[in-house]
Amino acid sequence: MSAPTLDRPAAPDEAALQAQFDATIAADHRIEPRDWMPEAYRKGLVRQIAQHAHSEIIGMQPEGDWLLAAPSLRRKAILLAKVQDEAGHGMYLYSAAETLGADRADLTDKLIERKQKYSSIFNYPTLTYADVGVIGWLVDGAAICNQVPLCRSSYGPYARAMIRVCKEESFHQRQGYELLMTMMRGTDGQRAMVQDAVDRWWWPSLMMFGPPDDDSPNSAQSMAWGVKRHSNDELRQRFVDMTVPQAAVLGVTLPDPELALDPDTGRYRFGAIDWTEFKQVLAGNGPCNDERIARRRAARDDNAWVTEAATAYAGKHA
Amino acid sequence: MSDVTAEGGHGAVPTGPEVPVEPKASTARRDWPLYEVFVRGKRGLNHVHVGSLHAPDDEMAVHAARDLYTRRNEGVSIWVVQAADITASSPDEKDPMFAPSGDKVYRHPTFYEIPDNVPHM
Repeated sequence: MSAPTLDRPAAPDEAALQAQFDATIAADHRIEPRDWMPEAYRKGLVRQIAQHAHSEIIGMQPEGDWLLAAPSLRRKAILLAKVQDEAGHGMYLYSAAETLGADRADLTDKLIERKQKYSSIFNYPTLTYADVGVIGWLVDGAAICNQVPLCRSSYGPYARAMIRVCKEESFHQRQGYELLMTMMRGTDGQRAMVQDAVDRWWWPSLMMFGPPDDDSPNSAQSMAWGVKRHSNDELRQRFVDMTVPQAAVLGVTLPDPELALDPDTGRYRFGAIDWTEFKQVLAGNGPCNDERIARRRAARDDNAWVTEAATAYAGKHA
Repeated sequence: MSDVTAEGGHGAVPTGPEVPVEPKASTARRDWPLYEVFVRGKRGLNHVHVGSLHAPDDEMAVHAARDLYTRRNEGVSIWVVQAADITASSPDEKDPMFAPSGDKVYRHPTFYEIPDNVPHM
């Protein structure tokens, strides 16, 4: 006696698959790795998640530069934990990209060959220890504004990675702000150092949200697919509104003479952003682009023997 | 005597099973298998999938999973399994695979009407 054969349904056609995908998005349900998805959705996500992962990994460098010069063991332990978190965030994101069929070693190669981008902010140098504080406060603050809505991104693995990242990002911002408060209670020289760091990082932080809405080529489709949830300009405005009162408590001046509360909207108006600088930095002409890529390349190539040794060891004990 | 090849640009070198082969730096990392990671958050809870990582072997995968997914006491136990060893159902949750449970409403307690004056039920 033989078991009856199972009735296998015929493979649904592409239009039916597209309709099912659209219905999942419309219902605000999550797309999961083995679901059918339009090729453009997959490619767009790989581009965005890879760029995000690269930013976390390259982002270890500006602050990592201060690990050996931290002013106390306490600050050093904090900074070490933070830089380690950035590595972790990069790994969560590469893991999400791999669920879309990307290969993480290949993504790293593309970063080193400058075929994929990372956030423009990490191409600026960290000149003093106050920069470590300002990066935590402003740069991680801006990242939180960007990332919190991504916890509801339509692609499940990306959204779950973001939840994990956001939980840890709060520590990053608070340690930075606390560092700055400590310096502001110090000497005139320390206060001047904080103000100088704020002056240098404020505008690049605003650029982190990307080009204005009328010049953002990928935004509309991203929003329609629920990959992004808010426009660049909306998130930038939120960040400014959150940050102005924090600057007042800290006792620093944000370097924008046009910054003023709009009594009608309750939101802060701010001056024009220098988009030429943004485009220059993205094009590879920022102060540290070459240095960042060179160090990432060295990390890959100089440490290759470690991965080879581990592979050989695993082979012998298999 | 082994065969000889000049492939790879290092000059003529012997080949054959007895000659140790140095993996190319660019490909070694790709050979590390992908592991899926499951973490038990605390005693009394199930292990839950948290993400994936690459590692050369099972033991290194557990170490890497600890560093990557439990930096803040997020777990008391970790499972790792090679992604290639997981067998999954078809991706579609409307798939006939799950249809048999759809029409068996009598498996749920709310299927049965019990008068309000029956206590503790």
